[in-house]
Amino acid sequence: MSDEQLRTTLGGLKGFAFDDVPWTTPKPLYESRVAIVTTAGLRVESNADWNAGDQGFTQIPHDAENLTLAHYSPNFDRVGWVLDKNVVFPIDRLHELAEDGIIGSVAKTHISFMGAQPDHTLETIRLDSGPAAAKMLADDEVDLVLLTPV
Amino acid sequence: MGTLASVLEHAGFATVALSSIRGQIETTAPPRALHCDFPLGRPLGKPNEPEFQQKVITAAFSLLKEPTGPVLVDYPISIEDDADAPLSCVIPPADTSDRNPAASEALGLLPAWRRTQETYGRSTIGKVVTAEQVPDMLDLFARIGGGESWEDVGFPGDPTKIAADIKNFYEEAAISLADTPPSARRAESWFVNETLGGKTIQTARIKMKEADVNFYFWYYLLPMTQHHEINTK
Repeated sequence: MSDEQLRTTLGGLKGFAFDDVPWTTPKPLYESRVAIVTTAGLRVESNADWNAGDQGFTQIPHDAENLTLAHYSPNFDRVGWVLDKNVVFPIDRLHELAEDGIIGSVAKTHISFMGAQPDHTLETIRLDSGPAAAKMLADDEVDLVLLTPV
Repeated sequence: MGTLASVLEHAGFATVALSSIRGQIETTAPPRALHCDFPLGRPLGKPNEPEFQQKVITAAFSLLKEPTGPVLVDYPISIEDDADAPLSCVIPPADTSDRNPAASEALGLLPAWRRTQETYGRSTIGKVVTAEQVPDMLDLFARIGGGESWEDVGFPGDPTKIAADIKNFYEEAAISLADTPPSARRAESWFVNETLGGKTIQTARIKMKEADVNFYFWYYLLPMTQHHEINTK
């Protein structure tokens, strides 16, 4: 029941919300190019380190094999990730949806940030790294983003 | 994550966020979110169950039909962690009678850890040390338990990251020792409560806390829900 305790504690932390909720009218799903943006702190290398406070991001090729989960927090389960990367980064599920014609296509490159940031205003993500990641997704002609936490 | 979703939506993408902590998603109010009461660290719910994962994604994408936002919907299935049910694993003995018992225990786990690597091809070790260095790192934590200052034992990096490498090593070894793939937090509870390695870090954490070491360095040595305050004196 650790998660229940954590949800109670972490659910009350400060967060940043925009005054107006942004809204993009989606394309039909069967025409949409889909990318995953996760906050799991994934890296495509054996370096499993990601410093608390680092609001940067990594690029994850859709066919990357050697992924590492580098998130700094010890407060969540990592065994599920070791057993099956899709439980965090559901790339195989997206490829299945594309093969079935339910989504249009799968992005070539996906993105990882790291959550549980000490700076709840996320100023760097809002003003710098977030827009930089958005530019890369736009260059890949992505329409729809599925965000996954840990 | 809700804030990040809004940044991307603002940039022109339609977004759907899976939520793991409802309070945070309420606060950050992204355009569309599906809250899933699944174990933290398993946002798609069940490893190696593609049909279950696909249903979660389908439910998330169904939010794209909503005409206005913010949209926050609860997924109807909940999954609890199993922190209260530690794994029961037999640790293979290592022939290292000259080592401290925790280091010897970790040496005995190395073959199991390597089997997990061969089977699944993923590790979360490598923040500071390799799996092969874990026994040596337990020597250092044991010295803190014995009364030395953490700054004097010669850690090759941030002790919280080394403690994470040790914890992750044990959990990954446990995958190959358990009869079935461990549900969420079973291996964590086994490590903290049943192994010498976990007890060594717990003792060092308490010693550092008692010595008024900077909060960060003792607090993040173990998951916050596994801080068991015992008398070390």
